[in-house]
Amino acid sequence: MPLIEVHEITKIYRLGDIELKALHEVSLTIEKGEFVAIMGPSGSGKSTFMNVLGCLDRPTSGQYFLEGIDVGGLDRDDLAGIRNKKIGFVFQGFNLLPRTSAIENVELPMLYNGLPAKERTLHAQKALKSVGLEGRGDHQPNQLSGGQQQRVAIARALVNDAPIILADEPTGNLDSKTSAEIMELLTRLNRESDITVILVTHENDIAAYSKRTIRFLDGSIVSDEKMNPLPSPSRQGRGDERVPSPLEGEG
Amino acid sequence: MINISSTIKISLRALRVNKMRSALTMLGIVIGVGAVIAMLAVGTGASRRISEQISKMGSNLIMILPGATTAGGVRMGSGTQPTLTFADAEAILKESPAVSDVAPVLNGVAQVVYGHQNWSTGVIGTTPGMLNVRDWPLVSGRSFTQQDVKSATKVCLVGQTVIENLFGDMDPIGQVIRIKKIPFTVIGVLALKGQTPQGQDQDDTIYVPVTTAQKKLFGTTFPGMVRTIMVKAKSGEDLASAERQINELLRQRHRIGPKQDNDFTVRNLTQFMQAQEQSTKVMTLLLGAIASVSLLVGGIGIMNIMLVSVTERTREIGIRMAIGAKTWDIRLQFIIEALILSLIGGIAGIIAGISSSLIISALAGWSTIVSPVSVLVAFGFSGFVGMFFGFYPAYKASLLDPIEALRYE
Repeated sequence: MPLIEVHEITKIYRLGDIELKALHEVSLTIEKGEFVAIMGPSGSGKSTFMNVLGCLDRPTSGQYFLEGIDVGGLDRDDLAGIRNKKIGFVFQGFNLLPRTSAIENVELPMLYNGLPAKERTLHAQKALKSVGLEGRGDHQPNQLSGGQQQRVAIARALVNDAPIILADEPTGNLDSKTSAEIMELLTRLNRESDITVILVTHENDIAAYSKRTIRFLDGSIVSDEKMNPLPSPSRQGRGDERVPSPLEGEG
Repeated sequence: MINISSTIKISLRALRVNKMRSALTMLGIVIGVGAVIAMLAVGTGASRRISEQISKMGSNLIMILPGATTAGGVRMGSGTQPTLTFADAEAILKESPAVSDVAPVLNGVAQVVYGHQNWSTGVIGTTPGMLNVRDWPLVSGRSFTQQDVKSATKVCLVGQTVIENLFGDMDPIGQVIRIKKIPFTVIGVLALKGQTPQGQDQDDTIYVPVTTAQKKLFGTTFPGMVRTIMVKAKSGEDLASAERQINELLRQRHRIGPKQDNDFTVRNLTQFMQAQEQSTKVMTLLLGAIASVSLLVGGIGIMNIMLVSVTERTREIGIRMAIGAKTWDIRLQFIIEALILSLIGGIAGIIAGISSSLIISALAGWSTIVSPVSVLVAFGFSGFVGMFFGFYPAYKASLLDPIEALRYE
């Protein structure tokens, strides 16, 4: 059973009389332990697709099976439960709660599955340690650097042992050195903990960390290629060597 | 399900971030709760004063007045035809089970002389039962006895106003005063009673045995005549049956036929006072209702601020939803925030209400009573207000679209 199975998903936004087709019959399968980069120009539907994968949005038509469960049949609170247990989100803007210490930010997902306070703190400390922020638990987001904030966000995504991390341009607000550190962290989590990482990016060198790159254009997948990422953990080379898809540019 | 203590912690932090705003929002509730408590305290104080006056007058009191004479078709008003006797009074006490004590009254105004001082005052001939009927204790000396009544001895009990005018600071016990030139020995001093609700000075009085009054002071048109009879019922519930028993007994004693009118009137004084007490209670409720309008306004203030807060924290709500907060997790967070605002405001309001009623009694001299019930009700009501006015903003927050909320700047 694949971890994620998407079948002919279409998403249409209505703005008054205008219909906007953000996704057009997208079908896709992602197995457990994959590291997938989703690329495409803005407006290509990649963010909408991520929202659907993250159970934040529902497709207009089509089916989405997450661990074999048909997500389309679930209500608002069931979807919240799935986001809580199955999916960890990492955002471009970090999205930590302001004026709230790092450890409390990491504890947040556990607040919504009823774990007692003691266990919450314990798990949160463990998660902070695994992203290399041991001892920074008391710092508030504005006392941390961008890279550190993104690590807190990753710790928050990890803390409920979710099998999937969805990262929406996780390095978009970071410099290249910090970006590399964050990507190495995600790569390590993917390799060591078998967490499925799906990330949206428009930078080739970020996509190069992945084992599979999916390109979107005008709401459809135009290429889906698997590759063996370079074995070296530090990779400064650009991903330009990839052959552009023959379908690219098709309107 | 969300963890309540953590939610309270989150809410407290959110409220601390905007200290001034939280304080001003609470102020609405503080004023509302404070006003309710102070208004109820003023009203309760007023009705307590009336019930004190009732008990001063003597509680569960019934007055029996003689009937009216009719002279050539002209009815002369109650009391014009003396029909009541000392024996009637004794019979009522003996035969009406609902009656606890009886005091016949034969009164008049007389000039009283002691040494060089003289004073005109109301002299009341009665029995020892009077002190019980009117709940009027002695401060010194003793009351006269049934023996004094039987043998018409010349002893008297004096009220505070009389003492003030005749004796000054002197101890009047054992002194001899002259009432209508007849010497009476003062054997007891009545406690201070104060004014009637109509402003009459109740302490300007002298009590003498009823027989002495009949024989030596005022005389009677027929043997044993008294002007009125005061009756104390055993309890408030016994008032009606006491009234009925007295009616039956006196009709029988006065040989009034089934179709004839009474030659006496039975009046229930307590009922009148109780009606007055009732109207004060209505006034109290009215004051409380007006004050609770300000509590309502405070509640609307909470709703207003909570709506602002939801808008400001749209992004936070989005983050919480993305992470797995369910509908009720979000709702509870905002409801608890509103509840904390209103309950802290409620506690401060209780303190404000109690202190302002203390200030009112100190400055205006009104008696105010803060009842524990009014405190509980005001506090409970403020909690309800928080819940009620917190719900809509919380409901609005919980319906936000997580994607929109996350994008909100």
